[in-house]
Order: sequence, then structure tokens, then C-alpha cells
Amino acid sequence: MKQEKQQRKRRGIVWLCLCLAIMLLAGCGKKEEGSGTGESGNGGTNGSNGENTSTASGRVFYLNFKPESSELWEELAKQYTEETGVEMKVQTAASGTYEQTLKSEIAKKDAPNLFQINGPVGYQNWKNYCLDLSDTKLYGWMLDNTLAVTDGDGVYGIPYVVEGYGIIYNKEILERYFDLDDQQSGISTVEEIQSFETLKAVVEDMTAHKEALGIDGVFASTSFAQGEDWRWQTHLANLPVYYEFRDKGIGDADTLDLTYAENFKNIFDLYLHNSVTEPAMLGNKSVNDSMAEFALGRAAMVQNGNWGWEQIAKVSGNVVAETDVKFLPIYTGVEGEEKQGLCVGTENFFAVNSRASEADQKAAIDFLEWLFQSEKGKQYVTEKFGFITPFNTFEESEKPQDPLAQEVIRYMENPNLTAVSWNFTAFPSQTFKDKLGAALLEYTQGRKSWEEVIDVFRNEWAEEKRQIQ
Amino acid sequence: MPGTIKKYFPVFVLPTLLAFFLAFFLPFLMGIWLSFCNFTTVVDAEWVGIRNYVRAFSNEDFLRALWFTIRFTVVSVVSINLAAFLLALLLTRGIKGTNLFRTVFFMPNLIGGIVLGYIWMLILNGILAKFGVSLTYDPRYGFWGLVILMNWQMIGYMMIIYIAGIQNVPTELQEAAKMDGATGMQRLRYVTVPMVMPSITICLFLTLTNSFKLFDQNLALTNGAPSGQTTMLALDIYNTFYGRIGWEGVGQAKAVIFFIIVAIISFTQLVLTRRREVES
Repeated sequence: MKQEKQQRKRRGIVWLCLCLAIMLLAGCGKKEEGSGTGESGNGGTNGSNGENTSTASGRVFYLNFKPESSELWEELAKQYTEETGVEMKVQTAASGTYEQTLKSEIAKKDAPNLFQINGPVGYQNWKNYCLDLSDTKLYGWMLDNTLAVTDGDGVYGIPYVVEGYGIIYNKEILERYFDLDDQQSGISTVEEIQSFETLKAVVEDMTAHKEALGIDGVFASTSFAQGEDWRWQTHLANLPVYYEFRDKGIGDADTLDLTYAENFKNIFDLYLHNSVTEPAMLGNKSVNDSMAEFALGRAAMVQNGNWGWEQIAKVSGNVVAETDVKFLPIYTGVEGEEKQGLCVGTENFFAVNSRASEADQKAAIDFLEWLFQSEKGKQYVTEKFGFITPFNTFEESEKPQDPLAQEVIRYMENPNLTAVSWNFTAFPSQTFKDKLGAALLEYTQGRKSWEEVIDVFRNEWAEEKRQIQ
Repeated sequence: MPGTIKKYFPVFVLPTLLAFFLAFFLPFLMGIWLSFCNFTTVVDAEWVGIRNYVRAFSNEDFLRALWFTIRFTVVSVVSINLAAFLLALLLTRGIKGTNLFRTVFFMPNLIGGIVLGYIWMLILNGILAKFGVSLTYDPRYGFWGLVILMNWQMIGYMMIIYIAGIQNVPTELQEAAKMDGATGMQRLRYVTVPMVMPSITICLFLTLTNSFKLFDQNLALTNGAPSGQTTMLALDIYNTFYGRIGWEGVGQAKAVIFFIIVAIISFTQLVLTRRREVES
């Protein structure tokens, strides 16, 4: 009798604990599902194997690539929900971790239905997840359809912003140099700088007069801290690749000849030897350091893109006037380069998750169309994000106002200049870029010769192209 | 009493077991399966057989990282345990301020690896700047930087374990040895060390596995620079996974190999040191 009672009691306790455990687990599960959702209670998500279904009307879940504008995207999401009633959430990947974040987010039940790929190479990785967007209005609005990421007849990535990079210079310092009595270069206006030769003459003479000009070096630090070398291994390395592809009339290649290796060396050496920082110490410098050096007037030039304006403007103690921030093309000593413009292109392509429910796919496309066509959407795009868009829905007056974007537009609209396209979207892999960056760093430290750097460039390109096939 | 424990076994163990199964065992099995697959995301995999393993072993970076890791582990296990043991001996002698010293030495262990890595990067770069170089200049700098960092972080923790062990050595034994005329060195060699063998087992295990699977500190301090010559195994796996398109499976295969290596080494070590433990 007593035993039976005890047994029943025990069983009761076991059940109680089991229930508690299950509740606990269920609780954890729910929390995970809701993480990053913000305040939106997004019920009714279920599904398996990465396919997800959502509420009938669909919702937008954007995985944002640009950490610098995460707050703006949150704000925009709220606006969009207010205006249309469609739920929208935005999650931002930390700097340099977009692929990682996307990989884990897209495998979840509550996966992003709007994300971005970085070009043809990125598309190869995500092709199972990219929806064909050829029937969307967005594709129809594109000024130049060749910019989109295509595969066969399908369109899988639509660029949403055109960016440009070059050598950003401080006009005020340059003018002070031109006014110097004992300057040797014989050049008296920026317009005269139209080739590597003239650029070099001016830069080297400026270095000779750096005390008089009150600068520590002409160029800001060639940053080589971990993860901070993309301006060289990606952006600058684009130039020799661009010219080689141009000569051969191709857009991608399994191997490179690097016929323009010397030109790459020209400009890289110019950066190194006329810099704020000793070459051996560059391993500690970040992009932020370089931008700060420029903003504080310690350097007269820095290689970066129009997105850098935000960084320059944000530095406290900034002495550079908005009207003095201008662009020069990156001259490397290639024949006919007086007709070379800035490096203009994009590596930001919107893609819609093909494994999302149909309602969600539609919601994502609707959002994109709203963003690039409605008054409010366009206002965000031009005024807040400062995007130069590749769409025809924008009027002449609806262009971004920041000085560097203005410069990019000025160069693009100059019919005498040819823009350098972004061929680094065809660079084989991150591993390739990392290895090239490491080789360049060793070159700055004097531990590798330029020939060895070029060997790394050529061999790793071939190796990585082979490995990803 | 044993009966009661048996009765309530499921109540207390089941929730943990369930959590362990879901959060550890299942992903582990999935990981092994994925190492034979080509995949972009973990729910979307395609079987490719042992191709990933072939690629992993023919990958120079992997072998170089393995060699670097082994060298690092040997050096840091020896240096950490020696230093920790000496500190523990010193701080069980009743010196004034013992408690303060123990706390101070233990503190580095409370700081996360990434933070430590960045702080030491600044310190070491600051020192090296005097000689006109930086940490990324030579792989040797990165190697010794990592050893210093690891020592600084782990010595305090190991010291606490050794202190606990030394304090548990019965005073009768020490006194008896003294009576018999044993010198300080002899007492250390024949009384203290055999008696703290269990602590040594634990400390060796912890330092060995921690050094072998070091990631945060490596990422923050050198991130493999120059040219991947200071990349350790865990970082190499991470780089493989995200560095190349279509190489996720290879990263996974490397991770499985890594697991097997760590398991073999730490089990051998456990068995070897266990044998030398004595009952008091």
C-alpha cells in the first residue's frame, strides 16, 4: 500500500520534471526564433529544410551588408511597416562577416528573404538560393542591364548602388602646394595631373616640402592591419587586372599574365614612400587610422571610395572642409591613362531568397520596388544612404549631395573619360585576397621582392580558380 | 541510499542528457556527416564521399598549421605548468600578502581571449616599434607573442589548481620526511610531486587541450600573419570554411580530423599521468 503510494508520487515527480524540461526547451526554441526580430511578433513560421512559410501576406527580412548604415535601415523598416502594414525586420552582419552570418541565418526556419551577393563569384555560392528576378520592374528600371548578375536567361542579382573609388585629395593642401614659391614640379593646377608621371612629380615634391605644407606625409597610411588590407589586395589590385582583361577583351580568366605588374608597383611604391607612416610599421594601421589622418589634415591624399566621406566627416577635430574633398583617378603609368576615370562599379547586388514562401518573395520584391520608386523610399536612398543608384526612376535632382558622391557623378558624366570597371568581383576567393594582402604586407616590410609578390598574385589566382571549380 | 539515487536517476539526469544530446551530440554527428558532403548551408548538403578529406590532407596550409600548433603546444604546456607550479609553491609558504598575490595572478584568466589578444597586440607592437618592426614582421614574433599571451592568461588558473593540490598534502608526511632528514628538494621530489599528481593530470590536460584548440587569441593577435605562417589549426579550419566557395565541406573534414587528433592526444596524456597518481 505504502509502496504503491510512493511509486505514484515518484511517477508524478518524474512527469513534472519532464514537463518542466520540455517547457524549458520549447522556451529556448522560441527565443531563438525571435532573436533579431525586434518588437515584431512574427508567429506562424514553420517549415523544414530551410524552406519557410510565413503569414499569408508575407514579410520582409533583410540581412544588411553595411554596418555603417544599420540604424538607417532599422528606421526605414519601421517607416515601411507604418506606411504599408507589411512587417519588416532588418538584421545587420558585423563588418566583414556577411557570408558567415548569411550562412547561418539562411539555414534557419525564419530565414531572410532579401539578402545580397557580391557579384558573379558570390552568386556561384548562393545560386541555390537566388530567385530569378528578370520579370521584376526593378530589373526593367536598370539603366544598364549588363550590370546585373545573370546566369543563362535568369537574372539573379540586381545592383542597387554604384560606387566609385580613386585617390581622395584635400584641395586646400594641394593649392597651398601649388602656391609655394620653390616648388619643383612645375604644375600649378590639379587639372594638370593627368598621368602617373605628373602625379608622381607632384607627390614627391610635396614630400620634399612637407614641413612647409604642415603635413606628415602626402598619402595616409597604407593600412595593413588584419582585415584592413582590402584597399590594396582588392581595390588597387583591380587596376592591373582591369587593363589585362581590357586588352584581352575578357571578363574573367583562369590564369593571369599580369602584364601590368609594373604599373601596380608604380602606384604602390608611391603610396609607401610618400606616406605618413614608415613602411615597416604599416602592419598596425587600420582604414580608420588612414581616414583619420586625412580628416585631421596630416595627409593630403588617401585611396578610398565615396563611402569614405561618412568616415571623414565623423572624425572629431576634422579640419577638411566639405568643399575641399575631391577625387583623382588612380594613375599607374598605363598608356592613354589621361582618359582614365575613377574605378566605378558595384559589389552590392540584391537577391531574393528562392526558398522563401511565395508570399515572402513577393513581399521582398514589393519592398524593393517601393524603395526605388516611391517618394519616401527614394528620399532615403539619395539623402540618407547617399546611394548613386543604377535605376532610371531617379530624377536629375534626386542625386546624393555628399561631396564624394558628387565627384563620382561628375567623373561618370564626363564623356571624355572611361571608368575603370570593378573586375575584383571576379577575384576567385577570399583566400586569394588574403594571400595577396599578406604578400603585399611582406613587401612593405622588405621581406618579399616585388617579383615574389607578383608570383603570389599569379599562382594563387590560378590555384584558387582551380580549387573552386 | 544507492536505491534512491537509482530511482531518481531519470529525474536529475534526463534533462541534462536531453540538452547534451540536442546541443552537443546531434550537431557532432551532423558535423561528421557534413564532412562527407558538399554544402552551402547545413540543411542543404550533397554527398561527395572522401573528396573533402583528400583535399584537406593535400592542403599545405593545413599541414603547416598542424606543425605550428604542435610546436606552440609543446612550448606553452611546459612553460605554463612550470611557472604555475613554482608560483603555487611560493604562495603556499605563508608569505605576507599571499591572498592578494593569488587574486592578482588569477585575474588575467577572467578576461576573454579576443580582448586579451588585442591588448597584447598593442603592447607587443608598442615594444617592437622601438626596433622599427611589428608583430607581423616575422612568424617567430607571432609565435612567441602567442606563448607569452597564453602564459599570462593560463598561469594563474593552473596555479590555483596546484595550490589546492599542495595544500592537500598531509602535513604528517612532510613532517615525517623532515624527521628522516630529507632536504627541501627531496621532499619536493618524493612527497609533494607524487601527492599533487592528480592536479598535474588536470593541469596538463587543460593546458594541452586549450593550447591545441586555441582560436580567439590567435585570431586577435596575428590572424595568421605574415602569410598564414602563424595560423593555428582552429583558425585554419575557420579560414577554410569561409575563405573559398565550395570548401565548407573541407573545413568540416579538417574539423573532424582535428577532433580525432585532440582526442587521441588528450586520452594518451590522461592515461599516462593517471598511472603515476598515488593514494595518500
